[in-house]
Amino acid sequence: MEKKHILMILGVIILVIIPLIIYAGKGEEEGYFGGADDAAEDIITEVNPNYQPWFSPIWEPPSGEIESLLFALQAAIGAIIIGYFIGYNKAKVELKSQS
Amino acid sequence: MHIMEGYLPPMWCAIWYILSGIVVGYGIIKINQLLKEMPEVKPLLAVAGAYMFVLSSLKLPSVTGSCSHPCGNGLSAVLFGVPITAVLATIVLLFQALLLAHGGLTTLGANIFSMGVMGPLAGVIVWKLLKGKINSTWAVMLAAIAADWMTYITTSIQLTLAFPGEDPVRTLMVFLSIFAVTQIPLAIAEGLLTAVLWDKIKELRPDLLLKLGVIDESEVPHYTQAMDTGGAE
Repeated sequence: MEKKHILMILGVIILVIIPLIIYAGKGEEEGYFGGADDAAEDIITEVNPNYQPWFSPIWEPPSGEIESLLFALQAAIGAIIIGYFIGYNKAKVELKSQS
Repeated sequence: MHIMEGYLPPMWCAIWYILSGIVVGYGIIKINQLLKEMPEVKPLLAVAGAYMFVLSSLKLPSVTGSCSHPCGNGLSAVLFGVPITAVLATIVLLFQALLLAHGGLTTLGANIFSMGVMGPLAGVIVWKLLKGKINSTWAVMLAAIAADWMTYITTSIQLTLAFPGEDPVRTLMVFLSIFAVTQIPLAIAEGLLTAVLWDKIKELRPDLLLKLGVIDESEVPHYTQAMDTGGAE
């Protein structure tokens, strides 16, 4: 891993941590760290008080736990594919340079 | 960028379904073509899709105090272009609509249009403008930022079109302040991550990038030298 890449990943971590520090101690009850998608939903009902959603999800995760399970699954599926690709090719390159 | 299930009037659902449908249909043809012509890029296609899976599951906090997620669509846009990215976005969005109640089936067309069409298009434009002028790592980073950001701008426009309110300009500003402003730091984070992954791909499989025509030999001198001496396949 090059220094450039370490700095880049550090940059990502800093970008994620800054809001956690700025709004430290505040939570969802005060309106922080909610989803932007939900915020948009509120605006729609504000601009258009008469709007009734005409369709609802055919299935919803029954609880926050199940939702986080499925989100973790989504990330895991992606991560294993990327990890496999990098690991497989890394080993191939190394084997080739040995022979 | 997910427009919630049922939160678009049927007319707009239909319009976005038709527009996205055309691009996705063309993308399926392109994927078949690509895999027939270069079956060896299949793993890279999987990585591009997997990257969208990972990034769109990460809801990150932003300086505006709300959370949103990056899209991962820039990498795929640079590698495979808009139509194929639209197909990959469809898979991700279907997963989230069916299993997570994020987005929805009625709004699928609209969500594909933002994450699979307009975002990638912005990424491709930035990429094309910068390609060959700066190192591909930085070009990819900026393309990924553009793709991510444009995805959310598109969502704001889509919502304003469907719900203009009394003053459409003001409504657009409100939606932009929710989506586009929140997204600025997240888009930068996505750009950085995409650049790291890009460099890894360039280091390990430069042959695939050369074959896809996204970089030229001058970017990977070690690899092309090795090829000349018969050191690589």
